[in-house]
Amino acid sequence: MERIGIWIGVFFTFCIFSFLYKDNPFYKVAEQVFVGLSAGYWFMYTVFSILKPNLYVPLTTDFRANWILIIPAILGFMMLVRLIPKIDWLSRFPISLMIGTTAGVSLIRFLQSDVINQLSATMINPFKGSGIIEIFGNFLLIIGTFTGVIYFYFSKKHEGVFGGIAKIGVIFLMISFGSAFGYTTMARISLLIGRLQFLLGDWLHIIAQ
Amino acid sequence: MATHKPLDRRIIFLLIFLGVALPLIFTLGFKIETTENVEKAFNLIENTQSGSRVIISFDYDPASKPELHPMAKAVVEHAFRKKHKIIFTAFWPMGISMYEDILGQLASEFPDLKYGEDYVTLGYKTGGQVTMQKMGKNFRNVFPSDQLGTLVSELPIMDGIYNFDNISYVFTLSAGTPGIKEWVQIAHDAYGVKTSGGVTAVSAPAILPYVNDQEQLVGLLGGLKGAAEYELLIGSPGTATSGMDAQSIAHLIIIIFIVIGNINYYINKRKEI
Repeated sequence: MERIGIWIGVFFTFCIFSFLYKDNPFYKVAEQVFVGLSAGYWFMYTVFSILKPNLYVPLTTDFRANWILIIPAILGFMMLVRLIPKIDWLSRFPISLMIGTTAGVSLIRFLQSDVINQLSATMINPFKGSGIIEIFGNFLLIIGTFTGVIYFYFSKKHEGVFGGIAKIGVIFLMISFGSAFGYTTMARISLLIGRLQFLLGDWLHIIAQ
Repeated sequence: MATHKPLDRRIIFLLIFLGVALPLIFTLGFKIETTENVEKAFNLIENTQSGSRVIISFDYDPASKPELHPMAKAVVEHAFRKKHKIIFTAFWPMGISMYEDILGQLASEFPDLKYGEDYVTLGYKTGGQVTMQKMGKNFRNVFPSDQLGTLVSELPIMDGIYNFDNISYVFTLSAGTPGIKEWVQIAHDAYGVKTSGGVTAVSAPAILPYVNDQEQLVGLLGGLKGAAEYELLIGSPGTATSGMDAQSIAHLIIIIFIVIGNINYYINKRKEI
């Protein structure tokens, strides 16, 4: 059975790779199968791994202790009524509850983690460091943060000294974008490596797994 | 107007394919050097006392498996070697099958591990950030039972775990939201638990600022390279290490094409002038 699974995996891997040559029916079939299979798998997974253990089992085993779960169950059901145009307005209640809760929780957390703690982490003594490289890095951190923020200050025209500082900020931004691109490239190549390890290892047994 | 015929992109695809496939077959053995961020994450686990209760959260699915699975295996292996008692959680539904796979792979290496004493699988919980916050207030409200339905009060590993107080560190393998960002915001910033993690290379630049003087994150493993470094540190080379040769060659090919493309661009530009 496992061998059959591997051969199916190999077939669909090549179907997807074939798109790199040009669009073709094999790719289309693989694409449709993937979408259909994912939807079906997720549906069953949601029922058996989320709804059953978190809703059905607690309600059926100890209803008195878990009756409160009926409220999220109703809210979840109200989400689904979007499919019925006449009463689709009902779905606005759970959506608004979700957005409101998320906004309320996130506001405090982001303020603490992404503003206060990040600011504190930048307000460092640049000369505090074990060596010249660390001290140089501290200066880069401070200059990069300061000039980067200046670039995003749009209430004053970027000219003169102010414009010069903003230009330095752009250099830092470009370097960070370049770094992000490099990481993205690494991620994509890693996915290809994963697929080839499957083909060369699990299928052809050329490399050790 | 461009005077050169553009290169057929399929040639680039073919070269990248060969550049990745051949080093996987014929190992080149390029040297892997560890970086400070990975060492910090390693030291967090290395220096935590044996018997400590820790959370390792699997917040990813098969789409990120090639990058995050090798680092997950290395981190769990390291934690088990240090005799940490691991509480496995998942904030992504497929995280469950990810840690079950890792436990299956490590079963022969750690045959004496006892479920409920040395590790426990609490399963998936929806709610992300809100659920994590509730774990900090009342852990047992969020996880009254484990994945198998056993009450946590009956599990020795969960003795005294009512919030994050007795948790030595949280380590998350994260592919997005909810994931590492939420763990930083809740576990570390709200409850002061040491937090570390591994992320996909795509998300690493956005998460790296949390590795700072405030130690919002204690180190970070970024992508396959981070996983390979961790495998090196624990002395257990795996799929990440074997993939690094291919990674390097593929990068070299991309760099060569970027250089060729830029030279071509400038030659054409000069001809236009």
